Amino acid sequence: MADKKSEIVLDPLFNNNPIALQVLGICSALAVTTKLETTAVMCLAVIGVLVASNVTVSLLRNHIPPSIRIIVQLTVIASLVIITDQILKAYVYDISRQISVYVGLIITNCIIMGRAEAFAMQNGPVMSMLDGLGNGLGYSVILLGTGFLRELFGAGKIFGQTVLPLVTEGGWYVPNGLMVLSPGAFFIIGLFIWAIRTWKPAQIEED
Amino acid sequence: MQFSVRYIVLFSAAICVACAILVSSSAVSLYDMQQSNFAEFKQKNVLEAAGFIKPGEVVDPAKIEQMMSRVRPCLIDTKTGEIIGGDDGHAAAFDQQKAKRDPTTSFPVDKNAARVKRVPNRAQIFEVLAEDGSVEMVVLPVEGYGLWSTLLGFIALDAADLTTVRGLTFYDHKETPGLGGEVDNPRWKSLWPGRRVFGDDGSVAIEVIKGPAGPVADDPYRVDGLAGATITARGVSNMLLFWLGQEGFGPFLEKYATRIGAKEAA
Repeated sequence: MADKKSEIVLDPLFNNNPIALQVLGICSALAVTTKLETTAVMCLAVIGVLVASNVTVSLLRNHIPPSIRIIVQLTVIASLVIITDQILKAYVYDISRQISVYVGLIITNCIIMGRAEAFAMQNGPVMSMLDGLGNGLGYSVILLGTGFLRELFGAGKIFGQTVLPLVTEGGWYVPNGLMVLSPGAFFIIGLFIWAIRTWKPAQIEED
Repeated sequence: MQFSVRYIVLFSAAICVACAILVSSSAVSLYDMQQSNFAEFKQKNVLEAAGFIKPGEVVDPAKIEQMMSRVRPCLIDTKTGEIIGGDDGHAAAFDQQKAKRDPTTSFPVDKNAARVKRVPNRAQIFEVLAEDGSVEMVVLPVEGYGLWSTLLGFIALDAADLTTVRGLTFYDHKETPGLGGEVDNPRWKSLWPGRRVFGDDGSVAIEVIKGPAGPVADDPYRVDGLAGATITARGVSNMLLFWLGQEGFGPFLEKYATRIGAKEAA
């Protein structure tokens, strides 16, 4: 039983990563990863919503009529996202301003509804919570990696601290403009997928 | 398991009510905190334009409050340029963005380069007082379109001549980080103080150019462009042209100059 639990949490990190293998939730991965600070807050928001929605859906799973299950899941998720957004606005105002609409867009993040429909509808609340945590962490691993590379090479900084002094500030590093634009995130995520599939060839899809 | 229609309807109603209660109670309970965050954020930006705090500096709320004691919000009539009675509390709580959207409290303007569509009847400006209580500078809100978004900011003008810039800052925009987003770069913002917005003929002369401009003393009407962000930079020029012109704060600045006895730029 303990094995199964740790498997549920750890599997989505690399073996079954929601971004790298299932290629879900890419939109927010492009939008919020120009800086690590916003990336980290977004990851926490997604983990929070994912865990809470999985637990809620799991508790309700035997009472939800199948014909309206999707809309019930969405109502739960949307409510949780709005609450998260309100909390961010109250406690980390500066960051919530920077990630503004993307918090709201967590509602449409396929990972969340995917887990609610695929896992929480069939499993108990504890397992669902762990599944939400695992998938949230899997999302975060890729996002933080992307945010790290984009902030480092796009702005020469890590968490706002200068690491590579920029030419414009009197240093030597010429920032890579592609990194701060959305396509930069596409390239980085593509490279991550390549790296993970080279490491775990079982993930390679047949043509 | 089969569910009756009655159950489905009741279940959906129950879910809706439960979610609505959760959402509205979180919104209501956090409202005060959000409002005070927003007010503090705006105050910080006024203080930043006035040069009291550095960009990105973390200042504790007590210090902000202390500095804000030198800042006096005023409401003005944008068409006539008159200052409207000085009830400080009312002026501080004024929501200019809301006033601008409401057709009863704003008026449409002709097509302009800054893409400003409506100007509020009343605008909120800030007088920054010197230690002796005299007005040291005025901070005016400006806004206009860049490349992707409307930039919202403040410009501080020296009260002595109402043409020398004391500072410029933007508190909201969605320009590309690293390119247009460099309007937030402290180095670029530091190029503004000392520049002059009005030319010898009294018209708006300040402009963000392509490439580097000279030092303040030699080249007072031009500011360095932002590399890779020509359109955002043009947006900044356009918004200053609009808001300092006759459709914006022009009438106010004229009246204000005579009121505080400053010598008019023209």
